[in-house]
Amino acid sequence: MTTGQKSSFVLSRRHLLGIEGLSRDEISGLLDLAEEFVELNRQIEKKRVSLRGRTQINLFFEVSTRTQSSFELAGKRLGADVMNMSASSSSMRKGETLMDTAVTLNAMHPDLIVVRHHASGAVELLARKVDCSVVNAGDGAHEHPTQALLDALTIRRNKGRLDGLTVAICGDILHSRVARSNIILLNTMGARVRVVAPSTLLPTGIERMGVEVARDMRAGLAEADIVMMLRLQRERMNGSYVPSSSEYFQYWGLDEKKLAYARPDALVMHPGPMNRGVEIDSIVADGAQSVIREQVEMGVAVRMAVLEALSRNLPNA
Amino acid sequence: MMLSDRRPILLANARIIDPSRDLDIVGDVLIADGVVREAKRGIGAAGVPEGTDAIDCRGKLVAPGLVDMRAFIGEPGAASRETLASASQAAAAGGVTTIICQPSTSPPIDDPATVDFVLRRARDNAIVHVHPMAAITKGLGGAEMTEIGLLKAAGAVAFTDGEKSITNAQVMRRALTYARDFDALIVHHTEDPDLIGDGVMNDGEFASRLGLLGVPTAAETVMLERDLRLVALTGGRYQAASVTCAESLDVVRRAKDGDLDVSAAASINHLTLNENDIGPYRTFLKLAPPLRAENDRKALVEAVASGLIDVIMSDHNPQDVETKRLPFAEAAAGAIGLETMLVAGLRLVHSGELNLMALLRALSTRPAQLLGLPGGTLRPGAPADLIVVDMEVPWVVDPNELKSKCKNTPYDEARMQGRVARTIVAGRTVYEFV
Repeated sequence: MTTGQKSSFVLSRRHLLGIEGLSRDEISGLLDLAEEFVELNRQIEKKRVSLRGRTQINLFFEVSTRTQSSFELAGKRLGADVMNMSASSSSMRKGETLMDTAVTLNAMHPDLIVVRHHASGAVELLARKVDCSVVNAGDGAHEHPTQALLDALTIRRNKGRLDGLTVAICGDILHSRVARSNIILLNTMGARVRVVAPSTLLPTGIERMGVEVARDMRAGLAEADIVMMLRLQRERMNGSYVPSSSEYFQYWGLDEKKLAYARPDALVMHPGPMNRGVEIDSIVADGAQSVIREQVEMGVAVRMAVLEALSRNLPNA
Repeated sequence: MMLSDRRPILLANARIIDPSRDLDIVGDVLIADGVVREAKRGIGAAGVPEGTDAIDCRGKLVAPGLVDMRAFIGEPGAASRETLASASQAAAAGGVTTIICQPSTSPPIDDPATVDFVLRRARDNAIVHVHPMAAITKGLGGAEMTEIGLLKAAGAVAFTDGEKSITNAQVMRRALTYARDFDALIVHHTEDPDLIGDGVMNDGEFASRLGLLGVPTAAETVMLERDLRLVALTGGRYQAASVTCAESLDVVRRAKDGDLDVSAAASINHLTLNENDIGPYRTFLKLAPPLRAENDRKALVEAVASGLIDVIMSDHNPQDVETKRLPFAEAAAGAIGLETMLVAGLRLVHSGELNLMALLRALSTRPAQLLGLPGGTLRPGAPADLIVVDMEVPWVVDPNELKSKCKNTPYDEARMQGRVARTIVAGRTVYEFV
């Protein structure tokens, strides 16, 4: 508690369920606040007390390593009591419905619940049943707002802006909540967004979401400032959506040759976990243009900002 | 006399038909360096390079070589039925200068290495051009799509599961969607296997009299209707591999009117034969899909004339004696056709059912266009793949004289009028009737 906060940004809403509906100012406010936490996280003494006495439950119906640990660290560094519940080790496995779980947890008076669920819309459904704040840590193929925010922070820190940049989001757009949240955020902030994928991995009507559509990497990466790769799930690369991982890598995997289609100073991003040799070549993933590790660092800061900004709006704040 | 490919050839005084230009004239065709230099009136002996072999083609037809979009060749895995060498000999004798071979081999042509194998074997053993189609689904299993991008890059000219229909509509939808990104043509056999059931010939009175189970035309139209809905959904490039009945033509017409990227093919067998030709259980006329009624056949011929059917193919399918000399229901389906496709087509011309231009367009120009191949035309600069045809000479089909390894021809002892006098591939004479 040595430094006073410069930002007094308050997210004037109870939940963060998605990027949809956030204004440009709200997004900028969250990113500004996150910048402060980036600095804090790099110090030896990382502890804050703004969430002291508050209870945060991480409720993960879908397994996650980085997002869950990132939220856990974020809460702990702000002084909250953090409890993790995951699908494999709880009553959720015993057949309890989502609604019953919500009601049960609500009775324990948490202040913040961070939820990941495999079904689109499930987080919003749960949010209606509880009295505290809910943060969406990913629901189905719908939204993953903190991922989009950490991507935006990474881009802003490297490029100094979001406005006017060309961002190519490449890969499994169809099943990706990361893509949807990023499309909304980047459009809100004035970036030009392109999606690049085989037609089998493009959702119907995606062009109506304010993106350009390219089906090959040469056209898709032309003039791109940012190349954002998405993970292709293993079960989708054996002939159902694409024929094989080798064909996918040949035509849509990011290697040095395809990266050269983008601007020479383009950043390479990936939300992780990566399939090296499927959607991205190791040389590129670990190369000079890659900011993939920085994305992970920004993840903790952004989640601290979200928890902090929501908690300022809580009762007794 | 086999001519050297090094010397230019003048095919003089021929009736030249080039469907790619609606050209039907009497004139000369000059070939040099493996390409057509000119095809027009009055090139004459004066207008040719020194050392040109002039061949008098007075009274004969010169046309682009045939491009057969559907032929089974037994390499790899069934060389006893047909090899690339034997198939290409049969093709050359029948005026076919490009064979599109089917992927239903053993193993199936479903990976780039097998495409490469077929192309190398063809290069070393075949006397006409051979291009493989590759499978749409792995192992022709109807479940997982193949590496359409890599297969096309390896040389597959289109994609088909051969005589198998993909019953899972989601698989078909995804294949059409994915193939579109590579501008790949999906060629699909449209027969619902559940509606085929145990049927062995066209459903109807004739089957009932023979005591054979029938295959209704709905087996075809149900699958075709489904496919064309999926083409509308996905915007893919699609060809119905073998339409056989009048109802299917209505379905195809609607799709074409709706500006879908759709084409249709029919086999020479379905254009020239009907279910009655099966007679006393002749297994050489057991085909899949089966021969239909005479009114269906007539409708198909009209559809070729109007261009509704784009392509005539041989559906060449060599079968051993052991698989054919069986009771009708147990015999294998299929007939050879590479060598007789053109002359069977000429029957329709001689009977006045079809004009020569429409026949040759469906046999050469349209398939080449749909496959993106350079043949099927006599434009200057086109590959010198062409045929000289004697339109009038009468002859009788003797299976023992056919060049295929298998002799299961449905035209056994049929009387024909007209035959191929010379076949030229890349400027070289590969067949000459003496």
